[in-house]
Amino acid sequence: MLKDITLGQYFPGDTIAHRLDPRTKILLVVLYIVALFCANSLLAYGILALVLAVCVRVSHVGLKSLVRGLKPVVFIIVFTGVLNLFFTPGDHTLVEWGVLRITETGARNALFMVLRIMLLIMGTFLMTYTTSPISLTDGLERLLNWMKKLHVPVHELAMIMSIALRFIPTLIEETDKIMSAQKARGADFESGSIIQKAKALIPILVPLFVSAIRRAEELATAMECRCYHGGEGRTKLHVLQYAGRDYAALALGVVITAGIIALRQLAVQ
Amino acid sequence: MEPILQVQHLTHTYSVGTPFQRSAVEDMSFDVYDGEFLGIIGHTGSGKSTLIQHLNGLLKPTSGQILLHGKDIWAEPKKIRNVRFQVGLVFQYPEYQLFEETVYKDIAFGPTNQGKTGEELDRCVREAARLVGIRDDQLDKSPFELSGGQKRRVALAGVMAMEPDVLVLDEPTAGLDPAGRENLMANIRDYHRNKKRTIILVSHSMDEIAQNVDRILVLKSAHVLMSGTPAEVFARAEELLSAGLDVPQVTRIAMGLRERGLAIDPAVYTVEALERELLALREGETGC
Repeated sequence: MLKDITLGQYFPGDTIAHRLDPRTKILLVVLYIVALFCANSLLAYGILALVLAVCVRVSHVGLKSLVRGLKPVVFIIVFTGVLNLFFTPGDHTLVEWGVLRITETGARNALFMVLRIMLLIMGTFLMTYTTSPISLTDGLERLLNWMKKLHVPVHELAMIMSIALRFIPTLIEETDKIMSAQKARGADFESGSIIQKAKALIPILVPLFVSAIRRAEELATAMECRCYHGGEGRTKLHVLQYAGRDYAALALGVVITAGIIALRQLAVQ
Repeated sequence: MEPILQVQHLTHTYSVGTPFQRSAVEDMSFDVYDGEFLGIIGHTGSGKSTLIQHLNGLLKPTSGQILLHGKDIWAEPKKIRNVRFQVGLVFQYPEYQLFEETVYKDIAFGPTNQGKTGEELDRCVREAARLVGIRDDQLDKSPFELSGGQKRRVALAGVMAMEPDVLVLDEPTAGLDPAGRENLMANIRDYHRNKKRTIILVSHSMDEIAQNVDRILVLKSAHVLMSGTPAEVFARAEELLSAGLDVPQVTRIAMGLRERGLAIDPAVYTVEALERELLALREGETGC
């Protein structure tokens, strides 16, 4: 059950997708999201799906693990799809069945909405699958560096984020362990009413919180022992540097996004 | 003796279909007999933890079977909880699983899940607490107030209170000081002696294994490397050492003496046996 949580998981590899600068990948994802929200024709979605397919292919991330990432949001996808399908007003009715009415606009909207969410999630996951959490936050910190002038504690936020990401697998592992230990004592998490199920979580949550607090304290002590004092005057071991491939990838991203926006303008006219 | 647990061609593969795929246990077969004290040793990553989680049905075999009292534990997947009551598993660092307000309630968690109530429940809890040396006045304390060693005892009692036929202990003494180790092992030995129940002890410490168990199972990279009585296993000390495992300190001394030309039985692994051997040797010399 817990193994399905793939957020922030990283599949090590040595492909062009892995070697790209994390900043490039973040910017590309932002561009991709912009393009997704501008797309309003089957052709545009087709192009974007193709772009994702090529990226997946290049990155050697199995399509299976990417689809697995969709599992937790299946409900939202289905819900959005159904809502759009049945409750979009339109002139051209395709099917009518009692109060339920499917219009052409509705079918279109539902399809586009579902495609949009799926591509969005898979695109973002592709980034986290090919970028280690450390370099991801590193990239984010550099990208948001200009905000330091506005007294936004960028370094601290990035540090908080990398610590949080770093501890997701640890906490999942810990939860797994505690669950196993309580199961070994006959705890039952599957059957019973909702209240019983909620009560069954106490034997997991109490030890989990205790250990999370203990870990936080130990980490804080360890950081202080190494004289951590925030971002002021801190230098990096690996300084991020854009390479030729980053410029190429960014240019390609900009061109595709511009193309999608152009398609939209054309359709409007 | 009857086998109580039978492991037959057990294989377990993690993360099938991802780049992380690997077998932690491969085609393992062995029997555990009723009432015996079995020790399992092996390196980190030799498959010990994976193996023991199969014994009470926490993990499902990729292939192979586990028989408890001659019956496949996965024959009725809905009743797997009953298997967990019969094969009590105490994880490494079990003190991190404590959650109740009082020690008493925490020990009672397992037996309550079993459906025990009233006097029977009370008897199980108090008996388990006594077996691990928790005093009556400590039963009403919060488990979080206790020292590390005492927390560990409470966690151990929580599993013992279910009165399992087989008790599986994963490194019960890890992280304790020498006195705490010896104390806890004495409690476990008492439990074995009084209850005549099967115990499986997983440990890194060869000395701990040598001093306590009837039979040893040595694991190496997902397979059973050897199994037998301590004397049989430690007689193959060179093999153990080349597998990257330790041998008891006494065996080490005996090996050193043998290298220097003394005719000492290779199966010696306790101080007493070594003493006997050396005395016999001296008598032989003076006899000449």
